[in-house]
Amino acid sequence: MSDHITEIVVFTILFLLVSGIGFVAARWRAPKDMAHLDEWGLGGRSFGGWITWFLVGGDLYTAYTFVAVPALIFGAGAAGFFAVPYTVIIYPLFFLILIRLWSVSHRHGFVTPADFVRSRFDSPTLALLIAITGIVATMPYIALQLIGIEAVLKTMGVTGDSLLARHAPIIIAFAILAAYTYQSGLRAPALIAFVKDTLIYLVIIVAVLYLPYKLGGWGDIFDAADKKFQASAAPGDGILLNVNNQIQYVTLALGSALALFLYPHSITGVLASKNRNVIKRNMSALPAYSFLLGLIALLGYMAIAAGVKPLPGAKEGTLDSNTVVPLLFDQKFPSWFAGVAFAAIGIGALVPAAIMSIAAANLFTRNIYKEYLKRDATHAQEAQVSKIASLVVKVGAVAFIVFLDPQFSIDLQLIGGVIILQTAPSVAIGLYTRWLHRGALIAGWAAGMALAFWMLWQIPNAATKRAHFGGSAFSLSEFGFDTSKTIYVGFVAVAVNLLVAVLVTFVLRALKTAEGVDGTAPDDYFADEGDPRIDRSETTVNTVSST
Amino acid sequence: MAEPESPKTEVRSDRSPWNWLLVIPIVVPLLTPLFNHDSPRLWGFPAFYWLQFLFILLGVATTSVVYQMTRRR
Repeated sequence: MSDHITEIVVFTILFLLVSGIGFVAARWRAPKDMAHLDEWGLGGRSFGGWITWFLVGGDLYTAYTFVAVPALIFGAGAAGFFAVPYTVIIYPLFFLILIRLWSVSHRHGFVTPADFVRSRFDSPTLALLIAITGIVATMPYIALQLIGIEAVLKTMGVTGDSLLARHAPIIIAFAILAAYTYQSGLRAPALIAFVKDTLIYLVIIVAVLYLPYKLGGWGDIFDAADKKFQASAAPGDGILLNVNNQIQYVTLALGSALALFLYPHSITGVLASKNRNVIKRNMSALPAYSFLLGLIALLGYMAIAAGVKPLPGAKEGTLDSNTVVPLLFDQKFPSWFAGVAFAAIGIGALVPAAIMSIAAANLFTRNIYKEYLKRDATHAQEAQVSKIASLVVKVGAVAFIVFLDPQFSIDLQLIGGVIILQTAPSVAIGLYTRWLHRGALIAGWAAGMALAFWMLWQIPNAATKRAHFGGSAFSLSEFGFDTSKTIYVGFVAVAVNLLVAVLVTFVLRALKTAEGVDGTAPDDYFADEGDPRIDRSETTVNTVSST
Repeated sequence: MAEPESPKTEVRSDRSPWNWLLVIPIVVPLLTPLFNHDSPRLWGFPAFYWLQFLFILLGVATTSVVYQMTRRR
């Protein structure tokens, strides 16, 4: 432990610094009245270009990504590089689709994607399903941020063996996080993101200049990785893709991109910006993070070239490949700089964890509490319920990590990506047309979910010797095709979801089933800063009384 | 449902032929045969890697052009 004392000191100082910032954030750009969900949960919907860049960047590129993507590259090679095409595709999609969600939300004061669906399709049931899907998908994602911190703590040797000693540092970190998120809302991660991203950029720029120099250049790094994969028995690895995993690569990149912009936390980040131009401009600026992510991914190859051996996992005989990047830093950097790098990852976990818990809390408040428990909730009550819900969500995430095998969170996160994709027909297509019938959307959602779970259940994992939930690459041979090619589960499930939605729409139309009233007008989808807000509390009452 | 009377100035729209440019950065990164090669290497990077880094710039270029060409006012 004494070997790591410098690292621990640097880590702790930086961690305490951002915690202080988190509490001060409540007074940053302070509104007259904080007791409103627009303030606590969306930072007053007032963020400009720079804040949005840091906030959304800090939100989408999580600590887990920074740890798990290079771990994937370390283990499997080229297949793990899907993170780059994935984060290229996202921005044109955001540019075209999310901009409409921003406008309609600005006009109607929507806080969550489920708010939009509620009003667009006049269906509280569909909105409830969207909200629950969002909450369920987000919870394990928060838990995974803890795995990011844990990988760093493990490398510094500050985790003991007993249940409590192993998790005490994380519990403390999350308690601090919970306290300042409670107090400052979305302003806390927005302000902390400045520190987090500055540290991450600094660390990675130094790493990609310094480490190749120490390891003999990029050519040698790739050759070392190639040699390792040539020697390994696993069929799917290598520094290039092979015939069998190309469809998986493509569908995973596309599916993940679609899933990412449906995740409640990405939508929260986008809705917090002040106008359309802020979002559009950011679509050209956020790819800077994709570049960073690509470089971070390649740290996996550097770890191979440096001969890093991952630390043992939670279970006997397993290896925790998430520790490869922290170990690489530990071995190759001077210890004070390794401390900075670890702080960057640790703080990197706090920003998305805060935004995710706020997003999940908003879903609960708007689409469950206000819809089903207390219809006449005031703005202040909404904000208060959301604050408490954000605490509950974080306690839940910590419980996941402390009491369950971390592998369980990884499985759930995998499932989360697949299930959030099932909200695409309602949220994404709903932004363009309400041709799909609300009943058909519910049927499609159910079909997509059922198929997704069945497919995920079928996937074994040879490396961890598990028969089910072993990954997201589904063998097409299971469908009776004579091939060894694989495809991303979410992609198949959402295709079936959409097909069912279309077919059932035809049936419900033929039966002349009521479609409800569209609460939005065509012009709402182009509204911008300065356009008047329609008070949703009034429109909701109208819709309720008319049905 | 009664729509609150909003001062209708003009019919707004997002439609623009420039938006089609955004299809390029969505499709190109998905064409694996295009970039799944080791050579030519650039600064030691196999083509698979440096080409995909290049696609990031492609994405930036297209979203910037579309933004400039479609901005209002």
